[in-house]
Amino acid sequence: MSVMKRVSMMFRAKANKALDRMEDPRETLDYSYQTQLELLQKVRRGVADVATSRKRVELQINQLQQSSDKLDRQARDALAVGREDLARDALTRKAGVQSQLNELNVQYTSLQGEEEKLTGASQRLQAKVDAFRTKKETIKATYTAAEAQTRINEAFTGISEEMGDVGLAIQRAEDKTEQMKARASAIDELMASGALDDMVGGPRDDIQAELDRMGAGSGVEAELERLKGELGQGSAPREIEGAGAAADGAAAGTTASATDGRPAQASPADQPQAGDGT
Amino acid sequence: MIVRILGEGQLRLDDSAASELNKLDAKLEAAVERNDEPGFRLALSELLAQVRSIGSPVEAGALEPSELILPEEGATMSEVRKLLAGDGLIPG
Repeated sequence: MSVMKRVSMMFRAKANKALDRMEDPRETLDYSYQTQLELLQKVRRGVADVATSRKRVELQINQLQQSSDKLDRQARDALAVGREDLARDALTRKAGVQSQLNELNVQYTSLQGEEEKLTGASQRLQAKVDAFRTKKETIKATYTAAEAQTRINEAFTGISEEMGDVGLAIQRAEDKTEQMKARASAIDELMASGALDDMVGGPRDDIQAELDRMGAGSGVEAELERLKGELGQGSAPREIEGAGAAADGAAAGTTASATDGRPAQASPADQPQAGDGT
Repeated sequence: MIVRILGEGQLRLDDSAASELNKLDAKLEAAVERNDEPGFRLALSELLAQVRSIGSPVEAGALEPSELILPEEGATMSEVRKLLAGDGLIPG
Protein backbone atom coordinates (compact mmCIF):
# COMPACT_ATOMS: atom_id res chain seq x y z
CA MET A 1 0.00 0.00 0.00
CA SER A 2 1.01 3.58 -0.54
CA VAL A 3 3.57 5.10 1.79
CA MET A 4 1.58 8.28 2.45
CA LYS A 5 -1.59 6.34 3.23
CA ARG A 6 0.23 4.04 5.60
CA VAL A 7 1.83 6.94 7.47
CA SER A 8 -1.54 8.63 7.93
CA MET A 9 -3.06 5.36 9.09
CA MET A 10 -0.39 5.07 11.76
CA PHE A 11 -1.27 8.51 13.06
CA ARG A 12 -5.00 7.78 12.89
CA ALA A 13 -4.61 4.48 14.70
CA LYS A 14 -2.74 6.18 17.48
CA ALA A 15 -5.49 8.77 17.96
CA ASN A 16 -8.23 6.13 17.85
CA LYS A 17 -6.50 4.03 20.44
CA ALA A 18 -6.29 7.00 22.79
CA LEU A 19 -9.96 7.81 22.16
CA ASP A 20 -11.01 4.23 22.90
CA ARG A 21 -9.35 4.37 26.26
CA MET A 22 -11.45 7.36 27.33
CA GLU A 23 -14.84 6.60 28.83
CA ASP A 24 -16.19 10.06 29.44
CA PRO A 25 -15.86 12.38 26.42
CA ARG A 26 -15.60 15.44 28.69
CA GLU A 27 -12.67 13.81 30.37
CA THR A 28 -11.11 13.26 26.96
CA LEU A 29 -11.21 16.97 26.26
CA ASP A 30 -9.68 18.07 29.55
CA TYR A 31 -7.10 15.35 29.64
CA SER A 32 -6.05 16.02 26.08
CA TYR A 33 -5.77 19.74 26.75
CA GLN A 34 -3.42 19.07 29.66
CA THR A 35 -1.27 16.87 27.44
CA GLN A 36 -1.19 19.58 24.80
CA LEU A 37 0.06 22.16 27.29
CA GLU A 38 2.76 19.78 28.45
CA LEU A 39 3.89 19.18 24.88
CA LEU A 40 4.00 22.93 24.26
CA GLN A 41 6.32 23.28 27.23
CA LYS A 42 8.45 20.48 25.92
CA VAL A 43 8.79 21.91 22.45
CA ARG A 44 9.76 25.29 23.88
CA ARG A 45 12.43 23.64 26.00
CA GLY A 46 13.56 21.87 22.85
CA VAL A 47 14.00 25.18 21.03
CA ALA A 48 16.08 26.50 23.95
CA ASP A 49 18.24 23.35 24.03
CA VAL A 50 19.01 23.52 20.34
CA ALA A 51 19.85 27.22 20.65
CA THR A 52 22.28 26.44 23.48
CA SER A 53 24.02 23.79 21.40
CA ARG A 54 24.20 26.12 18.44
CA LYS A 55 25.81 28.84 20.54
CA ARG A 56 28.32 26.38 21.89
CA VAL A 57 29.31 25.31 18.38
CA GLU A 58 29.55 28.97 17.40
CA LEU A 59 31.96 29.60 20.26
CA GLN A 60 34.11 26.67 19.23
CA ILE A 61 34.16 27.83 15.64
CA ASN A 62 35.49 31.20 16.81
CA GLN A 63 38.15 29.56 18.95
CA LEU A 64 39.27 27.24 16.18
CA GLN A 65 39.38 30.14 13.74
CA GLN A 66 41.68 32.01 16.10
CA SER A 67 43.83 28.96 16.40
CA SER A 68 44.01 28.63 12.62
CA ASP A 69 44.96 32.31 12.24
CA LYS A 70 47.63 31.91 14.85
CA LEU A 71 49.16 28.85 13.16
CA ASP A 72 49.20 30.81 9.94
CA ARG A 73 51.14 33.62 11.62
CA GLN A 74 53.51 31.13 13.17
CA ALA A 75 54.20 29.58 9.78
CA ARG A 76 54.96 33.02 8.39
CA ASP A 77 57.26 33.85 11.28
CA ALA A 78 59.03 30.53 10.99
CA LEU A 79 59.65 31.02 7.29
CA ALA A 80 60.91 34.54 7.89
CA VAL A 81 63.68 33.12 10.03
CA GLY A 82 64.37 30.30 7.60
CA ARG A 83 62.75 27.49 9.60
CA GLU A 84 60.85 25.70 6.89
CA ASP A 85 60.47 22.61 9.07
CA LEU A 86 58.57 24.58 11.69
CA ALA A 87 56.52 26.35 9.07
CA ARG A 88 55.54 23.00 7.58
CA ASP A 89 54.60 21.70 11.02
CA ALA A 90 52.41 24.74 11.71
CA LEU A 91 50.67 24.47 8.33
CA THR A 92 50.06 20.76 8.84
CA ARG A 93 48.39 21.51 12.13
CA LYS A 94 46.47 24.33 10.55
CA ALA A 95 45.10 21.86 7.99
CA GLY A 96 43.89 19.70 10.88
CA VAL A 97 42.19 22.67 12.53
CA GLN A 98 40.62 23.63 9.21
CA SER A 99 39.10 20.19 8.74
CA GLN A 100 37.56 20.46 12.22
CA LEU A 101 36.28 23.89 11.32
CA ASN A 102 34.64 22.58 8.16
CA GLU A 103 32.83 19.87 10.10
CA LEU A 104 31.71 22.32 12.78
CA ASN A 105 30.35 24.67 10.15
CA VAL A 106 28.26 21.85 8.70
CA GLN A 107 26.94 21.06 12.15
CA TYR A 108 26.21 24.68 12.85
CA THR A 109 24.05 24.90 9.75
CA SER A 110 22.25 21.70 10.68
CA LEU A 111 21.52 22.99 14.20
CA GLN A 112 20.26 26.26 12.79
CA GLY A 113 17.88 24.26 10.60
CA GLU A 114 16.61 22.25 13.58
CA GLU A 115 16.07 25.43 15.55
CA GLU A 116 13.98 26.93 12.77
CA LYS A 117 11.94 23.74 12.36
CA LEU A 118 11.24 23.45 16.08
CA THR A 119 10.30 27.12 16.32
CA GLY A 120 7.83 26.62 13.47
CA ALA A 121 6.47 23.45 15.10
CA SER A 122 6.01 25.30 18.37
CA GLN A 123 4.05 28.10 16.68
CA ARG A 124 1.82 25.66 14.76
CA LEU A 125 1.07 23.68 17.89
CA GLN A 126 0.31 26.85 19.85
CA ALA A 127 -2.29 27.88 17.25
CA LYS A 128 -3.93 24.45 17.36
CA VAL A 129 -3.93 24.30 21.14
CA ASP A 130 -5.65 27.71 21.26
CA ALA A 131 -8.24 26.51 18.76
CA PHE A 132 -8.75 23.30 20.73
CA ARG A 133 -9.34 25.21 23.96
CA THR A 134 -12.10 27.28 22.35
CA LYS A 135 -13.65 24.24 20.71
CA LYS A 136 -13.49 22.28 23.96
CA GLU A 137 -15.62 24.84 25.77
CA THR A 138 -18.13 24.99 22.92
CA ILE A 139 -18.43 21.22 22.80
CA LYS A 140 -18.84 20.98 26.55
CA ALA A 141 -21.72 23.46 26.42
CA THR A 142 -23.50 21.57 23.67
CA TYR A 143 -22.68 18.11 24.93
CA THR A 144 -25.53 15.51 25.25
CA ALA A 145 -26.34 15.93 21.58
CA ALA A 146 -25.16 12.96 19.56
CA GLU A 147 -23.20 15.33 17.39
CA ALA A 148 -20.92 16.28 20.26
CA GLN A 149 -19.21 12.91 20.17
CA THR A 150 -18.38 13.31 16.49
CA ARG A 151 -16.98 16.79 17.09
CA ILE A 152 -14.88 15.57 19.96
CA ASN A 153 -13.46 12.79 17.84
CA GLU A 154 -12.64 15.20 15.05
CA ALA A 155 -11.00 17.80 17.25
CA PHE A 156 -9.10 15.14 19.12
CA THR A 157 -7.87 13.43 15.96
CA GLY A 158 -6.81 16.76 14.47
CA ILE A 159 -4.79 17.87 17.46
CA SER A 160 -3.41 14.40 18.03
CA GLU A 161 -1.90 14.44 14.55
CA GLU A 162 -0.24 17.79 15.20
CA MET A 163 1.07 16.50 18.51
CA GLY A 164 2.52 13.41 16.85
CA ASP A 165 4.24 15.59 14.28
CA VAL A 166 5.67 17.92 16.93
CA GLY A 167 6.77 14.95 19.02
CA LEU A 168 8.72 13.57 16.07
CA ALA A 169 10.36 16.96 15.49
CA ILE A 170 11.42 17.09 19.14
CA GLN A 171 12.92 13.60 18.90
CA ARG A 172 14.88 14.48 15.79
CA ALA A 173 16.21 17.67 17.37
CA GLU A 174 17.15 15.78 20.54
CA ASP A 175 19.05 13.17 18.54
CA LYS A 176 20.97 15.85 16.72
CA THR A 177 21.83 17.86 19.81
CA GLU A 178 22.95 14.68 21.62
CA GLN A 179 25.43 13.89 18.86
CA MET A 180 26.52 17.48 18.89
CA LYS A 181 27.02 17.56 22.65
CA ALA A 182 29.27 14.51 22.57
CA ARG A 183 31.36 16.06 19.82
CA ALA A 184 31.48 19.48 21.46
CA SER A 185 32.67 17.91 24.72
CA ALA A 186 35.45 16.11 22.87
CA ILE A 187 36.58 19.37 21.29
CA ASP A 188 36.41 21.18 24.62
CA GLU A 189 38.60 18.51 26.19
CA LEU A 190 41.12 18.81 23.41
CA MET A 191 41.16 22.57 23.80
CA ALA A 192 41.67 22.22 27.54
CA SER A 193 44.49 19.72 27.08
CA GLY A 194 46.33 22.08 24.74
CA ALA A 195 46.43 19.42 22.05
CA LEU A 196 43.97 21.34 19.95
CA ASP A 197 46.48 22.49 17.38
CA ASP A 198 47.30 19.10 16.07
CA MET A 199 44.01 17.39 16.30
CA VAL A 200 43.17 15.84 12.97
CA GLY A 201 39.55 14.91 13.45
CA GLY A 202 38.58 12.36 16.06
CA PRO A 203 38.63 8.62 15.78
CA ARG A 204 39.28 7.47 12.26
CA ASP A 205 40.87 4.39 10.82
CA ASP A 206 44.55 4.24 9.91
CA ILE A 207 44.01 4.38 6.18
CA GLN A 208 41.84 7.45 6.47
CA ALA A 209 44.45 9.05 8.72
CA GLU A 210 47.13 8.32 6.13
CA LEU A 211 44.96 9.72 3.33
CA ASP A 212 44.27 12.81 5.39
CA ARG A 213 47.98 13.27 5.95
CA MET A 214 48.69 12.95 2.26
CA GLY A 215 45.88 15.31 1.39
CA ALA A 216 46.95 17.85 3.97
CA GLY A 217 50.56 17.37 2.86
CA SER A 218 50.04 18.58 -0.68
CA GLY A 219 48.00 21.54 0.53
CA VAL A 220 50.72 22.38 3.03
CA GLU A 221 53.42 22.33 0.33
CA ALA A 222 51.36 24.65 -1.84
CA GLU A 223 50.77 27.04 1.00
CA LEU A 224 54.41 26.93 1.95
CA GLU A 225 55.30 28.04 -1.57
CA ARG A 226 52.71 30.78 -1.38
CA LEU A 227 54.16 32.14 1.87
CA LYS A 228 57.67 31.98 0.46
CA GLY A 229 56.50 33.93 -2.54
CA GLU A 230 55.02 36.57 -0.24
CA LEU A 231 58.23 36.80 1.70
CA GLY A 232 60.27 36.98 -1.51
CA GLN A 233 62.16 33.77 -0.80
CA GLY A 234 61.51 32.18 -4.19
CA SER A 235 61.46 28.40 -4.30
CA ALA A 236 64.90 27.52 -3.08
CA PRO A 237 64.14 26.55 0.47
CA ARG A 238 66.30 23.46 0.81
CA GLU A 239 69.52 25.48 1.18
CA ILE A 240 67.97 27.50 3.95
CA GLU A 241 67.60 24.39 6.11
CA GLY A 242 71.29 24.56 7.01
CA ALA A 243 71.17 28.23 7.79
CA GLY A 244 68.14 27.56 9.92
CA ALA A 245 70.31 26.44 12.82
CA ALA A 246 71.70 29.95 13.13
CA ALA A 247 68.20 31.34 13.39
CA ASP A 248 67.17 28.92 16.10
CA GLY A 249 67.45 31.56 18.75
CA ALA A 250 64.81 33.64 17.06
CA ALA A 251 62.47 30.71 16.83
CA ALA A 252 63.07 29.46 20.35
CA GLY A 253 59.85 28.46 21.99
CA THR A 254 58.37 26.93 18.90
CA THR A 255 61.05 24.28 18.79
CA ALA A 256 60.27 20.74 19.82
CA SER A 257 59.16 17.94 17.60
CA ALA A 258 58.75 17.51 13.89
CA THR A 259 62.25 18.22 12.70
CA ASP A 260 62.38 14.71 11.35
CA GLY A 261 60.16 15.42 8.39
CA ARG A 262 57.20 13.44 9.72
CA PRO A 263 55.41 16.22 11.55
CA ALA A 264 51.89 14.91 11.22
CA GLN A 265 52.77 11.62 12.85
CA ALA A 266 53.76 13.11 16.14
CA SER A 267 51.33 12.30 18.91
CA PRO A 268 49.43 15.14 20.57
CA ALA A 269 51.51 14.86 23.71
CA ASP A 270 54.67 15.57 21.72
CA GLN A 271 53.44 18.82 20.33
CA PRO A 272 54.33 22.20 21.76
CA GLN A 273 51.59 23.92 23.70
CA ALA A 274 49.65 26.38 21.65
CA GLY A 275 50.89 29.84 22.26
CA ASP A 276 54.04 29.20 24.26
CA GLY A 277 56.53 31.94 23.73
CA THR A 278 55.58 33.01 20.21
CA MET B 1 -8.21 17.22 0.68
CA ILE B 2 -5.70 18.02 3.44
CA VAL B 3 -2.15 16.70 3.23
CA ARG B 4 0.40 16.96 6.01
CA ILE B 5 4.12 17.12 5.39
CA LEU B 6 5.76 16.07 8.64
CA GLY B 7 7.79 18.91 10.13
CA GLU B 8 6.13 21.48 7.86
CA GLY B 9 2.42 21.44 8.54
CA GLN B 10 -0.82 20.92 6.63
CA LEU B 11 -1.71 21.96 3.09
CA ARG B 12 -5.08 22.01 1.37
CA LEU B 13 -5.15 20.48 -2.09
CA ASP B 14 -7.82 20.17 -4.69
CA ASP B 15 -9.23 16.63 -4.75
CA SER B 16 -8.29 16.39 -8.41
CA ALA B 17 -4.62 16.34 -7.38
CA ALA B 18 -5.02 12.84 -5.99
CA SER B 19 -4.20 10.92 -9.16
CA GLU B 20 -0.98 12.87 -9.75
CA LEU B 21 0.05 12.33 -6.12
CA ASN B 22 -0.73 8.64 -6.37
CA LYS B 23 1.61 8.33 -9.35
CA LEU B 24 4.44 9.97 -7.42
CA ASP B 25 3.59 7.91 -4.37
CA ALA B 26 3.82 4.73 -6.45
CA LYS B 27 7.39 5.71 -7.39
CA LEU B 28 8.15 6.14 -3.72
CA GLU B 29 6.67 2.76 -2.91
CA ALA B 30 8.63 1.11 -5.74
CA ALA B 31 11.88 2.60 -4.41
CA VAL B 32 11.11 1.15 -0.97
CA GLU B 33 10.51 -2.28 -2.50
CA ARG B 34 13.78 -2.11 -4.45
CA ASN B 35 15.54 -0.92 -1.31
CA ASP B 36 16.76 1.99 -3.43
CA GLU B 37 17.76 4.80 -1.08
CA PRO B 38 18.72 7.43 -3.71
CA GLY B 39 15.56 6.59 -5.65
CA PHE B 40 13.55 6.95 -2.47
CA ARG B 41 15.01 10.37 -1.71
CA LEU B 42 14.37 11.56 -5.22
CA ALA B 43 10.78 10.28 -5.30
CA LEU B 44 10.05 11.79 -1.88
CA SER B 45 11.52 15.11 -2.93
CA GLU B 46 9.40 15.15 -6.10
CA LEU B 47 6.27 14.25 -4.18
CA LEU B 48 6.84 16.96 -1.58
CA ALA B 49 7.65 19.56 -4.23
CA GLN B 50 4.41 18.74 -6.03
CA VAL B 51 2.34 19.00 -2.84
CA ARG B 52 3.96 22.33 -1.95
CA SER B 53 3.45 23.77 -5.40
CA ILE B 54 -0.24 22.97 -5.72
CA GLY B 55 -1.26 23.18 -2.06
CA SER B 56 -2.05 26.18 0.08
CA PRO B 57 -1.35 26.26 3.84
CA VAL B 58 -4.26 25.27 6.07
CA GLU B 59 -5.29 28.04 8.49
CA ALA B 60 -3.30 27.81 11.72
CA GLY B 61 -6.20 27.07 14.06
CA ALA B 62 -7.78 24.31 11.99
CA LEU B 63 -8.30 21.03 13.84
CA GLU B 64 -8.98 18.83 10.86
CA PRO B 65 -7.10 15.58 10.48
CA SER B 66 -5.13 15.08 7.26
CA GLU B 67 -6.15 12.58 4.65
CA LEU B 68 -2.56 11.90 3.71
CA ILE B 69 0.64 12.30 5.70
CA LEU B 70 4.03 12.54 4.04
CA PRO B 71 7.45 11.97 5.59
CA GLU B 72 9.61 15.05 6.00
CA GLU B 73 12.09 16.22 3.40
CA GLY B 74 15.36 14.33 3.71
CA ALA B 75 13.86 11.39 5.62
CA THR B 76 15.68 8.12 5.05
CA MET B 77 14.02 4.81 4.22
CA SER B 78 14.92 3.40 7.60
CA GLU B 79 13.31 6.38 9.32
CA VAL B 80 10.12 5.85 7.33
CA ARG B 81 10.16 2.12 8.05
CA LYS B 82 10.45 2.85 11.74
CA LEU B 83 7.55 5.26 11.47
CA LEU B 84 5.42 2.62 9.76
CA ALA B 85 6.38 -0.05 12.26
CA GLY B 86 4.64 1.95 14.98
CA ASP B 87 6.34 0.84 18.19
CA GLY B 88 5.16 3.98 19.89
CA LEU B 89 7.49 6.06 17.72
CA ILE B 90 4.77 8.62 17.15
CA PRO B 91 4.63 10.46 20.45
CA GLY B 92 1.86 12.59 21.88
